[in-house]
Amino acid sequence: MNIVNAINDALDLKLSEDKNVVVYGEDVGFEGGVFRVTEGLQKKYGVERVFDSPLAESGIVGTAVGMAVAGLRPVVEMQFCGFIYPAFNQIISHVSRMHNRSRGRHKVPMVIRLPYGGGINALEHHSESMESMFAHIPGLKVVVPSTPHDAKGLLISAIESDDPVLFLEPKRIYRAIKQEVSEEKFSVPIGKAKILAQGTDVTVVAYGAMIREVQKAMMMAKEAGISVELIDLRTIYPLDKETVAASIKKTGRIIFVGEEPRSFGVGSEIMALANDEAFLHLEAPPKRVAAFDVIVPYPRGEHHYMISPEKIFYEIERTVKF
Amino acid sequence: MFDQFDPADNKMFQVIDNNGKVISKEWMPQLTDEELVKLYKDMLFVRTLDYMIVSYQRQGRLYTYPPNYGQEAISVAAGAVMRHDDWLVPAFRELGAYLAKGMSLREIFMFNMGFEEGLRLKDTNHMLPMSVPIASQLLHAAGIAYAAKYLKKDEVPFAFVGDGGTSEGDFHEALNFAGVWKVPIIFVVQNNQYAISVPVKMQTASLNMAIKSKAYGIKGLKVDGNDIFAMLAAFRFALEYARKESQAVLIEAVTYRKGAHTTSDDPTKYRTTEEEKKWDLKDPLRRMKLFLEKKKLWSDAEEERITEEYKKEIDRQFVETEATVQYPLEDVFKYMYAEMPQDLRDQQIEHEKFLQWKNARK
Repeated sequence: MNIVNAINDALDLKLSEDKNVVVYGEDVGFEGGVFRVTEGLQKKYGVERVFDSPLAESGIVGTAVGMAVAGLRPVVEMQFCGFIYPAFNQIISHVSRMHNRSRGRHKVPMVIRLPYGGGINALEHHSESMESMFAHIPGLKVVVPSTPHDAKGLLISAIESDDPVLFLEPKRIYRAIKQEVSEEKFSVPIGKAKILAQGTDVTVVAYGAMIREVQKAMMMAKEAGISVELIDLRTIYPLDKETVAASIKKTGRIIFVGEEPRSFGVGSEIMALANDEAFLHLEAPPKRVAAFDVIVPYPRGEHHYMISPEKIFYEIERTVKF
Repeated sequence: MFDQFDPADNKMFQVIDNNGKVISKEWMPQLTDEELVKLYKDMLFVRTLDYMIVSYQRQGRLYTYPPNYGQEAISVAAGAVMRHDDWLVPAFRELGAYLAKGMSLREIFMFNMGFEEGLRLKDTNHMLPMSVPIASQLLHAAGIAYAAKYLKKDEVPFAFVGDGGTSEGDFHEALNFAGVWKVPIIFVVQNNQYAISVPVKMQTASLNMAIKSKAYGIKGLKVDGNDIFAMLAAFRFALEYARKESQAVLIEAVTYRKGAHTTSDDPTKYRTTEEEKKWDLKDPLRRMKLFLEKKKLWSDAEEERITEEYKKEIDRQFVETEATVQYPLEDVFKYMYAEMPQDLRDQQIEHEKFLQWKNARK
């Protein structure tokens, strides 16, 4: 199963067991989405539950707020990360606020699925990684799987959550990773990071499509005799501070790897965490390997922008030798 | 009704004239004397409450408030037509409908005093909190209507917006989604002639607001929003149609905001007294009062007595609310999430430690 199959499987499972789950967005119904993530679901569950909406992102998210308040569990798709901005007002003014401003009277159990990230030679507006903007909004939860297993388990948790969840899908690795995933129902908890590799010299924190790049860098590190502990955040907010802090205390070194613009990002939060929770354990300055503070270059320039395994290894080595 | 008052002809649906005389017997709602008096009293209560809230604001006892003065007929009529399970999706100038839905005076006061607690709406059924980001709430109503249809529930949302809101993208998206989905829903534009200081002619080049319905394949109706009987008849007809045909309706209620946009606004800066006087003749309470007086159902003495009664009760509840409200620190955190993240809990604990330190210093 790849990530696309895993997300489809999670949707299929929730649609079959909970009639309050509806799935919609642009091209989501008949065609099964531009990435075919929802393929076959309309045929199986009907046009009332899996459908194409008019082409309007604010409309998609805003109507989902109403559906959620009225008892449904809508799962909506933003076709590409760069198209979510018309819905930003709905997200920041209502999705994230309804529960608080109604003092818990109105819950908003909805999921916004959002393919994100670069590295696929896509058109303008199709390659952004803006998770920090959403993680910065009080009232939202923001998750990013990096494997088919986690994609299925996290999406099931997201749909079952009574809080609104922004579900980021690393489209660069949609089909790149295959894994045995149980056909049964299981969930991966929101807010729990996962240690993918135990190590002793340096902690590397990443998520989404960057996990695979870090793993490549780790092969180089291994040859250089450096032992890397790799943590997959899986949830951006709420951040699993405990797991990350314990690892930094153990290794004494921390590197964040992310493909979003470096300043004011998730990486900045990890740097702050290292200071707050593990200051006296640090043996080298905490480091961010992130994208430049620039707009994602068009495809011919994207290789300058994307984080390479070599760059990650370069920083790993510098940090360990500091 | 939709054909008789086609927005393309720019006709406005009216039942009584400015002197309270019935000009359209055909559409006059059948109401008993008791119901007639109740309707008037509901408007009078809204006007009195609105007046009192503005006074409290002037005394510094609550914060910014958007007055309803002059627009009472619209939300009172909506409140009278809405059934228990219908949804109220307000903007923020629909006092009569909040009350009809069961929002308590205490909650109304609390919201305007600066407590989210006022939006808990604990005694209401199917009401969303007021929505300040203009027109954004209309999409929620479309979603609610979809959910109701899908769940096979007979629940119709009444969604409000102002004339300025018709310029927002969400207004058009909401009408479009509702049109495509063929869901029962009543959109109400309270066209009170101004969006803060901007006159309605600067919002749109359309002939009127109701005609915008045609672009979305739904029905539209331009109604005299200061004519309580016209509003009542229009809402009833629209509700019936929406339910029967599973369709959306756009109602433009033509009215005039006699007060300020909010208590922070000064309307004398952008409109003339001449204009205000012209609209005084169309005042919704004045017109219904003239109607009732002719039927010998109402008098000035009665009005004075009841208004005093209302004022006393409103003030009693206001004073009681004032004396008993509080905002504990935990309320800042408690409702952010259905399931609170540990980190947020830690932030609260950290702050409590600071407060302990601060108190110990005293």
